[in-house]
Amino acid sequence: MTPRLKLALEIAAFAAFAFVLSILPRLISDFHTREVAIAGMYYIALLGLGILTGYSGQISLGHGAFMAIGGYATAILSVDHGMSPTWTIPLAGLIAGASGVLVGIPALRLAGIYLAIVTFGIAISVPQLLKKFEGFTGGTTGKYGEGLTSRPPFGLDTSSNHWLYYVTAGISLVLLAVAWAIVRQKPGRALQAIRDSEVAAASSGVSLPLYKTFAFAISAFYAGVAGALYAIANAYVNPDTFQVALSVYLVVGLAVGGLGSLAGLVVGAGLVYFLQFHADTVAGWLDKLPILDLDPKQPGIPSVVFGAVLIVVMLLLPTGAGGLLRRLLRPLTTRLYTRS
Amino acid sequence: MTIAFTWTEFFQQVAAGIRDGGIYASLALAIVIIYRSTRVINFAQGEMATFTTFVALSLMNHGLSFWAAFPIVLAIAFAGGVAIERVIIRPVEGASTVTIVIVTLGLALLLNGLTNVIWGGGERQFHGPFSTRTLDVGGVPISVQDIGIVAVSIVLVGLLALFFRYTKLGLGMRAAAINPASSRLAGVRVGWMLAFGWGLAAMLGAVSGMMIAPVVFLDPNMMQTVLLYAFAAAILGGLDSPLGAVVGGLLLGLTIDLLGRYVDPIGSTLKLPVALALILVLLLVKPGGLFGSVAVRRV
Repeated sequence: MTPRLKLALEIAAFAAFAFVLSILPRLISDFHTREVAIAGMYYIALLGLGILTGYSGQISLGHGAFMAIGGYATAILSVDHGMSPTWTIPLAGLIAGASGVLVGIPALRLAGIYLAIVTFGIAISVPQLLKKFEGFTGGTTGKYGEGLTSRPPFGLDTSSNHWLYYVTAGISLVLLAVAWAIVRQKPGRALQAIRDSEVAAASSGVSLPLYKTFAFAISAFYAGVAGALYAIANAYVNPDTFQVALSVYLVVGLAVGGLGSLAGLVVGAGLVYFLQFHADTVAGWLDKLPILDLDPKQPGIPSVVFGAVLIVVMLLLPTGAGGLLRRLLRPLTTRLYTRS
Repeated sequence: MTIAFTWTEFFQQVAAGIRDGGIYASLALAIVIIYRSTRVINFAQGEMATFTTFVALSLMNHGLSFWAAFPIVLAIAFAGGVAIERVIIRPVEGASTVTIVIVTLGLALLLNGLTNVIWGGGERQFHGPFSTRTLDVGGVPISVQDIGIVAVSIVLVGLLALFFRYTKLGLGMRAAAINPASSRLAGVRVGWMLAFGWGLAAMLGAVSGMMIAPVVFLDPNMMQTVLLYAFAAAILGGLDSPLGAVVGGLLLGLTIDLLGRYVDPIGSTLKLPVALALILVLLLVKPGGLFGSVAVRRV
């Protein structure tokens, strides 16, 4: 395969994706636009997690915590300091990214499994810390207010959901392009080398501290941006906005979307959205099956279904949706590459 | 909330800390046994324990006494642990850490959901085997329950040590964990040994679940924080050292309870972050934990 053709195909796919995103609000209802926007926020967080876990092989079960940091940064800056919420988004990303460096540095010494436990602990601790430091975070009530609503600039006449959608879609596309640029160039190759063998990577001259911390920082930046958008979408944040379950769902989304795939994560983001907001729908579907007599309101059924899906996906399709996509496209791509 | 310091209260706190430590220790032991044999960190360990504790509750609701239900629950836990290893963990053996962690997370979700579906959410009373009346131990009132829990933990650890040292099965399991290839040549059924390891861990989890349920209330999410303390205890002691898990559990239970009681800003809300900070510092200073071995990595 020629690299140039591959690049052209990828750019074409990106352009098609951007085109679909730009016309989508015309095709669906205002409310659905909001739903897609929220899923887009999870996509941003998953892109970051994909770089960290999928490419550099470091596990984070605490990305919900970075989203919380981003969300709170935006809320505090705009509610307490009167900044325009939209412009706090990059700042929120930077603050989350800096905290990512703080986690990334000890992570250098924590091999796989330890890192999973420590980040899991972070996911559990952050909501408790948010409750504890009331003066700064607003305690259990959190932060909310008029200042947190993002409005279209220049008096543009769009609904707030559409505005939210376009902001999210725009940021998603930019961050997707950035992620893609990172993974297909030198940093991406270095990260993959580290994932496959740290010792081999180090002996080939890859600086482990530099790249591993870099992966953590960039990934936390993505999560922070996602959290900031999420805070704006809801116009409030509180310690329950970013629960431990969110961190776990993000890992679920990553696994189902595919480790080491940026395109497959779209599927993962859809799943995370579904897990967060439509879990009871699943119970409704199961109820329609004649053999089962279930009460759709019963808690736990969604967990059973998603747990089972997660296990089955990991056993049967360890590369996730991204891997499936690659396999389905293989006949096409091989033909194109061999002809050129 | 500054309450005058009294030695009686201090010793009561120590007793409570040792009791909590005993519970963390048994769950940490379960984590360590699985880690040693299959190099898997089982994020579902807590949910497995909760599930089996609910089984115990059902048996007791059918009129069985605690001690009559106890062996039945252990048998069910063992069978369940073996089944989980055979069906879910075996296919991902040798896969990347990420994959394995995700699978055990999936298992945790699944079991938590199942517990909710079968028994419903909400808290309920679980009557343990020990009474909650207090005994006077050298002038300090300590509940029979606390003493009982610690005694059960000690007996458990003693039995495990004997099992791993003197029985053929125990030795086989250790051999399979340390060097699978050579053990296979020596006639050890390595696959089954790993499955037994999971069964044993599920049993330990069941015991810790049945011990903690009378102290807190039994609900489907009961073990979630306990699991994190157990992880912390296991790491503190060294992930591959059973002795370390016990020492780590007791140390952690004691430290956290005393800090939570006497250091005002920590209170009950910041116990978990403090536990996390403790293990983080320890890992940076001593990556193998107190008793663990540091792995030498090969390329």
